[in-house]
Amino acid sequence: MNDLSMANTATREAFDVQAVRRDFPILSQQVNGKPLVYLDNGASAQKPTAVLDAMDRYYREMHSNVHRGAHTLGDRATAAFEGARETVRNFLNAHSTREIIWTKGTTEAINLVANGLAPRLKAGDEILVSHMEHHANIVPWQMIAERTGAKVVPIQVTPQGELDPDSFNSLLNDRTRILAITHVSNVLGTVNPVADMVCQARARGIITLLDGAQAVPHFRPDVQALDCDFYVFSSHKLFGPTGIGVLYGKAALLEDMPPYQGGGEMIERVSFERTTWNVLPYKFEAGTPAIAEAVGLGAAIDYLNRLDREAMEAAENALLERAHQLVETVPGMSIIGTAQHKVPVMSFKIEGLHPSDIGTLLDQQGIAIRTGHHCAMPLMDFYGVPGTARASFAFYNTLDEVNQLFTALQKVQRLFA
Amino acid sequence: MPATEQDFLDNPLGTNPTLEDVLDGFEFLDDWEERYAFIIDLGKQLPPFPDDARIEENYVHGCQSQVWLISHFHEADGRIYLLIDSDAMIVRGLAAIILVALNGKTPRDLLATDIDELFERLDLFRHISPTRGNGLRAMVGKIRDIAAAESAA
Repeated sequence: MNDLSMANTATREAFDVQAVRRDFPILSQQVNGKPLVYLDNGASAQKPTAVLDAMDRYYREMHSNVHRGAHTLGDRATAAFEGARETVRNFLNAHSTREIIWTKGTTEAINLVANGLAPRLKAGDEILVSHMEHHANIVPWQMIAERTGAKVVPIQVTPQGELDPDSFNSLLNDRTRILAITHVSNVLGTVNPVADMVCQARARGIITLLDGAQAVPHFRPDVQALDCDFYVFSSHKLFGPTGIGVLYGKAALLEDMPPYQGGGEMIERVSFERTTWNVLPYKFEAGTPAIAEAVGLGAAIDYLNRLDREAMEAAENALLERAHQLVETVPGMSIIGTAQHKVPVMSFKIEGLHPSDIGTLLDQQGIAIRTGHHCAMPLMDFYGVPGTARASFAFYNTLDEVNQLFTALQKVQRLFA
Repeated sequence: MPATEQDFLDNPLGTNPTLEDVLDGFEFLDDWEERYAFIIDLGKQLPPFPDDARIEENYVHGCQSQVWLISHFHEADGRIYLLIDSDAMIVRGLAAIILVALNGKTPRDLLATDIDELFERLDLFRHISPTRGNGLRAMVGKIRDIAAAESAA
């Protein structure tokens, strides 16, 4: 057995992970009598004090409904809420805040787009997704396919966990209307070559949607450079609160799409003869929005903007590299997803062990990972596994935590031997 | 091979070990490693599960591991005999504990057994709590349904 304590010598410059960890109060607790090692960031990330404080301050000092009030609190709430929208616009490098729609999360954003595009679809049309999609980027398309007679077609994945370019090229055709793919795989960590794919699709007039849920925690997308029609993500994976997410959409397409839900805020004028829609982005924001959550997401992005993003990415790469190096210290362990370009997400299996056995015994040692199908059953079928164990890292994880994961895995394996 | 009546009657769990044996065994375990080693060992004592019984009808819908459960009501002694299988070893061990507590009981005795209380005593309650989607709760629910159907029959 390798001595893992010896491996803890690499240094990280320009990025003080211990200082960063102090910004995340939840990380300093004990679980099952052991210091918490939180490696389930792909499922949901933890929140810095800056986010908690911003939401607390919002409720203590400025809460009121937005876009309504003829009073000061209403103005404050609206300013904070719309300020957060501007922060998101800047984060994505979108052209205008008209193109930033608040949703409940990635899932709702994709459902909104699928419903909005349904009137453009007819029998025989094809919606191109991939074999590595989260169910949230499969099922909404299947639902509108059922309604319209269109067909959902998956791009194949290679054994290494990359999108197969031959499969993509052969599937793009005159019937393809929509390309909806993930920027980063939640199971494999693969960063897909989405800019090239969007470019090819656009050349054929295909509408493109990118699922950025697993991408934004690790790097900043530029929607103008990507030139995609839609980009979606969730706040809670980006160190912000749950219950809010973002749909970026090109204004011309959003203008053309019917509203998703009807109600207050989304209308211009209502009468029993004729109701007209509000302007973007409000046309898609029926009802009182998640105001404090929007403010919290804005604070999360502000917080990230204050960090050295480049150093952060280097630190995350070091975590993944260390993890990959240590795989051989656990007999029978293998990685699922060995793409060239990956974010620090490591799905793995250990021969003879069920993922749920691994998860339970890591939890006993204070280590939180995700086990199961990760809402990606087609991908599990492709790899012929009932599920995987997945350690997903964030910039606040340390190399020592990676070592602890492997020491713990060695112990798990001894227990089952 | 389909399950025969003898396969059910041969399941020793409940008689060997008995619930007392398991409770005694747990008492001497200090740390989580020993406790889980004990649970894993219990899982290895599950009798073989007939291949042809791995069908949808016998599948217990849990979140992660696959669990199968079949039962046999033995007219001669009025007791219910059970066989369970899972592809996850800890779930097998926990299933073995459930069998030790419930296998070979009359429907009335089975329904009177408080599994939650047992799992709390063993400090394993979180494994069977409704928040943990591992199918154990569904497993117990299915066994109780079988017992309720037999006692109504």
